[in-house]
Amino acid sequence: MVNGKRVLIIIPALNESGSIGDVVREVRGELPGVDVLVVDDGSTDRTHAVAAAAGALVARLPYNLGVGGAMRLGYRYAYEHDYDVAIQIDADGQHDPRYVPKLVDLLDDTDLVIGARFAGEGDYNVRGPRRWAMVMLSAVLSRIARTKLTDTTSGFRAANRRIIEMFARWYPVEYLGDTVETLVHTARRGYKIRQVPVAMRRRMAGTPSHSPAKAMIYLGRAFAVLTLALIRR
Amino acid sequence: MKLTLVTGLTGLILLATIIELLRRRQLREKYGMLWLGVLVIVIPLALFPRLLDNVAGMLGVASGVSLVLFLGIVFLLLVCVHLSWEVSALEEETRTLAEDFALLRAEIDAERAARNELVSHDG
Ligand SMILES: Nc1nc2c(ncn2[C@@H]2O[C@H](COP(=O)(O)OP(=O)(O)O)[C@@H](O)[C@H]2O)c(=O)[nH]1
Ligand SMILES: [Mg+2]
Repeated sequence: MVNGKRVLIIIPALNESGSIGDVVREVRGELPGVDVLVVDDGSTDRTHAVAAAAGALVARLPYNLGVGGAMRLGYRYAYEHDYDVAIQIDADGQHDPRYVPKLVDLLDDTDLVIGARFAGEGDYNVRGPRRWAMVMLSAVLSRIARTKLTDTTSGFRAANRRIIEMFARWYPVEYLGDTVETLVHTARRGYKIRQVPVAMRRRMAGTPSHSPAKAMIYLGRAFAVLTLALIRR
Repeated sequence: MKLTLVTGLTGLILLATIIELLRRRQLREKYGMLWLGVLVIVIPLALFPRLLDNVAGMLGVASGVSLVLFLGIVFLLLVCVHLSWEVSALEEETRTLAEDFALLRAEIDAERAARNELVSHDG
């Protein structure tokens, strides 16, 4: 329970055995009374065992579905077990669970709250084509959502019951769709989105899934996904 | 002139079909992008079939139209190969799913048997 609400923390994880244990322990330490669901997305390491040992519920997918696929499973779990709030957190320790109560509080009059880097707190720098992609996404999505969004691809989000219900039925599995397309879809249906500044920490272990070489491709895909999201219903 | 009309119209109808399928979420992003890319090349060629005549001449192909036909067949072959590859991946995934399902069923059956055992011992 956080402020009287039943909260489920959903952590999508792919080969994060180096950090997942500490992340789960930190979440449970900082937020007593919340449930933690780790969705192990076909990891080839001991992610599931480490997460379970740290006290998380673990759902193991038989093969890799991507973050979007893992998250829909998480939202379905939240929906079927009647949670009031579902919060997505990265498995690499970059998100600080101490922001969770702040996110949950905002859900009183917002449907989807995004924990955003670059919004004043902490230091987190991105340059080059990745930066341009982010600027483009922020500009377009801020207009659609009619609120300032500076970090549209953030994997730190809190959803209320109405959004959980929607995401349990519909959640894109495509790369970038899980962040960008869900925002367009949510805003278009009249749900309220807001961002909260959060400080990002460094990865605890492992390697990020993006390399600088992929930055240009990322920009192209961001553009394609955004265009698609806009023409789609 | 008539031919241009037929080919150009076909191209546009295909474009509209793909966009509509994408809009209805019937096509995954990756396939949608592929076909849109193809149409962006094909439609100008449909409207101006002589566009590739120069390139064809350089390659020793009699006319731009034959070059387009040749490239088109090569492309379709590649698409077929890609689809076979995707189907193989899907078969592998259903196989894994079936195994997982069987393992789960075995576990549930074993648990149920153990429980029945207990009950019959108690009674
Ligand atoms: N379920 C799932 N999670 C993934 C996959 N790839 C990355 N993740 C998780 O997504 C989160 C963010 O990944 P990361 O590489 O740190 O991305 P970044 O923070 O945007 O640079 C981490 O919790 C990863 O474990 C995947 O294919 N499936
Ligand atoms: Mg990360």
